[in-house]
Amino acid sequence: MSIILEVNNLNTRFDTPEGEVSAANNINFTLQKGQSLGVVGESGSGKTQIFMAIMGLLAKNGRTSGEAIFKGQNLLGLPVVELNKVRGVSLSMIFQDPMTSLNPYLKVSRQMTEVLIEHQGLDKESALERSIRMLELVGIPEARKRVHMYPHEFSGGMRQRVMIAIALLCEPDLLIADEPTTALDVTIQAQILELLHSLKEEMGMSIVMITHDLGVIAGMCDHVMVMYGGRVVETGTVHEIFNDARHPYTQGLLQSMPRIDGNHNEDLYAIPGQPPNLQALPSGCAFQPRCQYADAQCRSTQPEPAALSQHRMIACHHITVAKDLIPAMESA
Amino acid sequence: MMSDPILKVENLKVHFPVDVGTFFSNKAQLKAVDGVSFELNEGETLAIVGESGCGKSTLGRAVLQLLHNTEGQVIWMGENITGYSVKAMRPLRNEMQIIFQDPLASLNPRMTIGEIIAEPLATHNPDMPKEQVKSRVREMMDIVGLLPRMINRYPHEFSGGQCQRIGIARAMILQPKVIVCDEPVSALDVSIQAQIINLLGELQKRFGLSLLFISHDLSIIRHISHRVMVLYLGNVMEIAEKDELYNSPRHPYTQALISAVPVPDPDKEAHKKRIVLKGDLPSPINPPSGCVFRTRCLYADQQCEREKPDLNTLTEASVKSTHQVACHKQAEIHRTN
Repeated sequence: MSIILEVNNLNTRFDTPEGEVSAANNINFTLQKGQSLGVVGESGSGKTQIFMAIMGLLAKNGRTSGEAIFKGQNLLGLPVVELNKVRGVSLSMIFQDPMTSLNPYLKVSRQMTEVLIEHQGLDKESALERSIRMLELVGIPEARKRVHMYPHEFSGGMRQRVMIAIALLCEPDLLIADEPTTALDVTIQAQILELLHSLKEEMGMSIVMITHDLGVIAGMCDHVMVMYGGRVVETGTVHEIFNDARHPYTQGLLQSMPRIDGNHNEDLYAIPGQPPNLQALPSGCAFQPRCQYADAQCRSTQPEPAALSQHRMIACHHITVAKDLIPAMESA
Repeated sequence: MMSDPILKVENLKVHFPVDVGTFFSNKAQLKAVDGVSFELNEGETLAIVGESGCGKSTLGRAVLQLLHNTEGQVIWMGENITGYSVKAMRPLRNEMQIIFQDPLASLNPRMTIGEIIAEPLATHNPDMPKEQVKSRVREMMDIVGLLPRMINRYPHEFSGGQCQRIGIARAMILQPKVIVCDEPVSALDVSIQAQIINLLGELQKRFGLSLLFISHDLSIIRHISHRVMVLYLGNVMEIAEKDELYNSPRHPYTQALISAVPVPDPDKEAHKKRIVLKGDLPSPINPPSGCVFRTRCLYADQQCEREKPDLNTLTEASVKSTHQVACHKQAEIHRTN
């Protein structure tokens, strides 16, 4: 298998009136071709900013360092002209709210054909045909008619499909999906997830799925990366994360989720406290104020990521302790 | 023996007039809630679940008479409060409260949280001495898990989860009998959701509260509710006790809804049979004839197109509790499954 995306020591910082804020620190991961990576974390964990940096879409006050090697080319620091040869062509991103990415003044046909004319040099007619075929592929009924509509004439689920269709027009090798179904109802979410799944299987597309919903990750992803306070705290295969979580935050997250298939007559496990403010991170490990295993070492030093295998990493001073406590926590 | 329900809603309809058509400005009716009946018992949590646009929030507001219903009745502890004026409702307001989805937006940014939590007291008990108000506020803050010393801070100084605690304290200070919770945890992070869900559960046990819990999240509802009502396009599809509904859903819509919820378990996800519904929610201005769900239903036939199904109670011996379903085909579907 070949590597499609390799991220080395990526850091993202923002200059704010209150000083510099680190949104993502020392991020390292690789993604194989045809695989999907789930990135999970709470709001402010930095999960979106990593990929905004890779796409060259950071806000003006943002700065990035490190490497993001996509198909052999480092995207960070690439001039916009060069970046545009990649973005929307072999690397696409879709967002939570389709209305913020679609231009409300332009018909869908214009927004779609534009991409093909610009990137693939198609003429108007064949670009339109291709757009209609793509809308059909993502499951929009009467695509031939609806391609000439404006975004507001579509429902939320349909708009998300239009956005996916645009992202897929040039058949990208990697699709980054940032909370693609969070704003949608469950029945529509099921439709979109099924669509993404079949695209991955049929087109061999790699997918990065950024979400806070562990259920979506369980169904969609091969690997998982858990973020907290701007750092990766644990990575592993989907089975390792769901069946053998080692970081206390990952464990807490899994146990605090209400489950439709779980035990419903007891209180939920709740992680105490609040998610950290990136402008005032606690000393040492960012999770220590909420962690039941925290000790003096956790309060003073940032835990270094420890690799257990090629894809398995945990950043916790108490890996062994946490591991031993898993069965105890389950029976409690 | 069950005591009388605290709240009884009969054939409630809320229709909004809307303009349709450019030239003739026709008035049409948007049927947000179209004939809903239910009862809420003391100390019970009834969940109202449905997708966006199904009328669940409108229903919650109409129950509190924050919106006037077009037809039907709302009976509060035996008293028909339908169409009560703001003034007539006021004495009842301290018994029924509401908390909202966006915790920060529902708090006045210019008031300290002490003032926010005390405001219902000022309205309903204007004669209460200041010292007593303050001690009640502190007591309530302690109950919902806020440090009483934060009493003079402003809402923006708090995180989403804490703001929701402030909203809950404000709702609880009058010691209501019922709280309508409109998507109270949807805007919160996963780790904070669990804190708020547990808090609501504790308050219910401690004060014997009844909750009308409006949500689109079937996993959360399974945790918090006693009974569940499934709404689709302003109509009740199914209503049953929680375990009954989740273990043997009878309406094809409920079945699809439950099967669509992703489970945080990769093995279960890989082998799950998922019912994927086609299409979108139809417009509530022009709902389908007959059964409103038929345009997305796998089992719909001509009868479903012609006749609107009644909400019938299941009579099978195996069904222990009250389980009502509005579907012509439910018996047939149940046999073949």
